[in-house]
Amino acid sequence: MQTDIILSGVGGQGILSIATIIGATAITEGLYIKQAEVHGMSQRGGDVQSNLRISSNPINSDLIPTGCADIIISLEPMEALRYLPYLKRDGWVITSTSPFVNIPNYPEPDKLKEALEALPRHVAIDVDTLAKEAASPRAANIVLLGAASPFLGLPEAQIENAIRNIFARKGEQVVEMNIKAFRAGLEYAKGHARTKPA
Amino acid sequence: MNDKRLLLGDEAIALGAINAGLSGVYAYPGTPSTEITEFIQNDPLAKARSIHSKWSTNEKTAMEEALGMSYMGKRSLVCMKHVGMNVAADAFVNSAMTGTNGGLIVVAADDPSMHSSQNEQDSRFYGKFAMIPILEPSSQQEAYDMMSYGFDYSERHRTPVLMRMVTRMAHSRAVVVAEEPREQNPMSFPANPNDWVLMPAVARRRNQELIKLNEQFLSDAETSPFNKLTSGKDRSMGIIACGIAYNYLMELYPDGCPYSVIKLSQYPIPTGLVKELASASDRILVLEDGQPFVEEAVRGILPTPVPVIGRLSGDLPRTGELTPDNIRPALNLAPIETFDPCPLVVPRPPALCQGCGHRDMYAALNEVLAEYEHPRVFSDIGCYTLGFLPPYRAIHSVVDMGASITMAKGASDAGQHPSVAVIGDSTFTHSGMTGLLDAVNENSNITVVISDNLTTGMTGGQDSAGTGRFESICKGLGVAEEHVRVVVPLPKNMEEMKDIIRQEINHNGVSVIIPRRECIQTARRHAKKQ
Repeated sequence: MQTDIILSGVGGQGILSIATIIGATAITEGLYIKQAEVHGMSQRGGDVQSNLRISSNPINSDLIPTGCADIIISLEPMEALRYLPYLKRDGWVITSTSPFVNIPNYPEPDKLKEALEALPRHVAIDVDTLAKEAASPRAANIVLLGAASPFLGLPEAQIENAIRNIFARKGEQVVEMNIKAFRAGLEYAKGHARTKPA
Repeated sequence: MNDKRLLLGDEAIALGAINAGLSGVYAYPGTPSTEITEFIQNDPLAKARSIHSKWSTNEKTAMEEALGMSYMGKRSLVCMKHVGMNVAADAFVNSAMTGTNGGLIVVAADDPSMHSSQNEQDSRFYGKFAMIPILEPSSQQEAYDMMSYGFDYSERHRTPVLMRMVTRMAHSRAVVVAEEPREQNPMSFPANPNDWVLMPAVARRRNQELIKLNEQFLSDAETSPFNKLTSGKDRSMGIIACGIAYNYLMELYPDGCPYSVIKLSQYPIPTGLVKELASASDRILVLEDGQPFVEEAVRGILPTPVPVIGRLSGDLPRTGELTPDNIRPALNLAPIETFDPCPLVVPRPPALCQGCGHRDMYAALNEVLAEYEHPRVFSDIGCYTLGFLPPYRAIHSVVDMGASITMAKGASDAGQHPSVAVIGDSTFTHSGMTGLLDAVNENSNITVVISDNLTTGMTGGQDSAGTGRFESICKGLGVAEEHVRVVVPLPKNMEEMKDIIRQEINHNGVSVIIPRRECIQTARRHAKKQ
């Protein structure tokens, strides 16, 4: 198997914790992994992305070529669209629908929504509301991970185990909160994954 | 013990160095090199072994401190971003002349595409300039393995070794297999003490020895475990793939590359391998991140029997990092079908954090400077560089570490008033203090703002060398006590800040204003810990 993932968002939103959990799961599954991150100046409220590649065979490039990503996972709708040229024609976009507006010329939310809905395969999810209802506002990124999990090529139970291990030192309550968030995202994706002919 | 860990390229270097018997790392923070030193600062074995890992004031002091540790027979590592090499250059180039005792590796992390830098300089030129071997890893595992190899090599030939890598290697994770740690070296004086006194008579002898040693470096590069010539069936092209570029090439040929390929990860350029490649190829394509270092060398000035293509010929982009995408055309591969870019997407540039003290400093400075006809603000390297962007648009120059104060002085010498310098606390101790002394010695009419957030902010909040001592440093350099002014940059103190700035701009001489409030990122972290 090989899954090439682009994670995107705005500096500080927490895309790297999603990457850490997927990475830990991939290692448990005995897969190869490469993950290119963004550090430094652009983290200050700018757009950030990470290239995460998992595969049963050795991986060459740290960067995903254009047109080759299986999934874009984004904590912000405009940031999901920024990386469209990297997506395979039959790839999935899993994105939060909450705009992060910190620039004066941010596009109109309705137009963004239209552009997302025009994508052949996508899950658009209001992670903030779902996180609040199911667990805690802080778990928005784990809700998104849950929504992406059917498309990763990894067993969902193993992803849950990785969440347990990674949050273990923060106590059982935090672990359970994140498991709830994960399951809420997963359930949503099962009911709301949209496909149409490319 | 074969320990498998998921590590950044930076962390692989750090672990490789620790396990190779490192005794000290010396560095100034700089993207993308910072995580090497941070890893060593937090590693249990490094702590147990008391490996030196405190930040140095700048790259030159770091390089010299590491050379001192090498003098004493111990293994030392120096880490910096590429432009740090300019600061360390005097010590770096002359360390090749003294040679080493304990193993010495200098890591320069280049930033092609300038993700977090002001230029795209290629550190391999520094290695060639200093006439020392260069290692350039193509994978995180190789970065790990090259530490033990590099220290052994450094000690065997009494030479510093340069490791050059790029952002994508520094900041990408992969699984690394680590070995059992080696013991640290015992302390020992150099066997050849006179080599370390570079008076002309010694330097002339050492220069000859170093030139002679370069024959050895070349023959070692021909047979290096990190260099490899693989033969291909298709002789229409031969490829030299340097460092990380080798991965991009292999990515495009999952079933094997049809051309002959040199994987190049140890320099000097192995001329024998290149000749062999040329004899089996109708032309040579050079894939290298950064500047056309290998391409220029292989091509020379006069026409060669085998055409050489790459960045200089226009077959690859002249600037910016290589990617699996931008090397496709040079390999005559068809473009991949993709989605079109979405026209709604607009740039989202980085910005100063909400609540950051630099914001209040710029707000006050802008209001006061609006009262003058042609104010000029010379700024420096740090988060506050973002004061160039809206909403502040407050600064007129950013050049290199420390240039704010000295450029403000030069502008004042030319007749500019107000001539204001804006510099951060860590940048001030890195390279601003000597410039301030110049200004004091001539009583230049400048106003220096040291925007003190108690940390090295842009690289993630490392210790800052002068914290708690800026007033005494400035007074010690000769700034008059009544013109060293401290203020807390908060919206509620706006009037006080403006008064102080106005008074000091109107003072005919050197003034220092220190707006001081902790970086909100480190403050948040400190609050969490408690």
